[in-house]
Amino acid sequence: MHALLRLGDDALVLAQRLGEWCGHAPALEEDIALTNIALDLIGQTQSYLSLAGSLDPETPKTDDELAFLRSDREFKNLLLVEQSNGHFGDTIARQFLFDKYALLRAEHIAQQTFDLDAAAIAAKAVKEIRYHADHSSKWIIRLGDGTPESHSRIQKSINDLWKFTGEMFAADEVDIAGSIAGLLPDLKALKIQWDLEIDKVLVEATLVRPEDGVMKTGGRKGVHTEALGVMLAEMQILPRTHPGASW
Amino acid sequence: MSDNKSTWPLWEVFVRSRQGLGHKHVGSLHACDAEMAIGNARDVYTRRQEGVSIWVVPAESISASSPSDSEALFDPANDKVYRHPTFFVLPDEVNHM
Repeated sequence: MHALLRLGDDALVLAQRLGEWCGHAPALEEDIALTNIALDLIGQTQSYLSLAGSLDPETPKTDDELAFLRSDREFKNLLLVEQSNGHFGDTIARQFLFDKYALLRAEHIAQQTFDLDAAAIAAKAVKEIRYHADHSSKWIIRLGDGTPESHSRIQKSINDLWKFTGEMFAADEVDIAGSIAGLLPDLKALKIQWDLEIDKVLVEATLVRPEDGVMKTGGRKGVHTEALGVMLAEMQILPRTHPGASW
Repeated sequence: MSDNKSTWPLWEVFVRSRQGLGHKHVGSLHACDAEMAIGNARDVYTRRQEGVSIWVVPAESISASSPSDSEALFDPANDKVYRHPTFFVLPDEVNHM
């Protein structure tokens, strides 16, 4: 349940953030690209949260109930994905750091046999995330290896978000149990792969990889940055004000 | 490619909707390079399963016939009905030709 909630919440919170770009992206083409990615992530959210909500037969919950009727302390997403959009470069940097992680994680889940429902969801997600990672990587390269201004701004975006990357690999009891069962990847091994993937793109983008300093964590325990509460208030207002509303 | 640095160059997009068919012009978009043009074309023109293959061509690479030449170019074909293969008698077994 917890492991699936994390997968669903990562996708849901990032999707909501990307959706905020709708109508505001720097170009029509990019507007559609970002919202397409958001829709892919909402699809993954529906699958993971439906599965998570069905696991406890005593108190079954629908994906909508989990998405719209939980408070911020009950959300288990990474701090990285809830960070506000900032400028386009900040959004791309956040997406790039997450996509590379999400892809490796989904590839593992798609291949494991402990939970075949989760494997089926991940197998579909892998194809989507592969495109997301390609999209964000190419932007990192384009901006990093672009003009002096785009280079310095995307470098700053990566530097600013770096403190949220440690949480992706900080294994707690849920990660360890999930990894022993086979459902989740071993985060130590995943970090080595992620480092390689990130470095490959940063080198091509002529960007410098930040030092691993003090890392911020807490999202997996429900202790979030203040950005999440504001985002959830907007996301949840309709179903909370009009319970059972359909549209 | 473009002197105007505030806009990306224009690309024409061609999508093949099914195996065996030809690529068909579907529209245009802006992108700063070919890779990005394909990515954008995928998002803008194939998100409802419209295609299996995409071509993008810089719009400035396309040479078009001029509307003012249309009489000289196209009118002479008007009275050449013998260029249509409509004078052959087909056997009944051939239904769709």
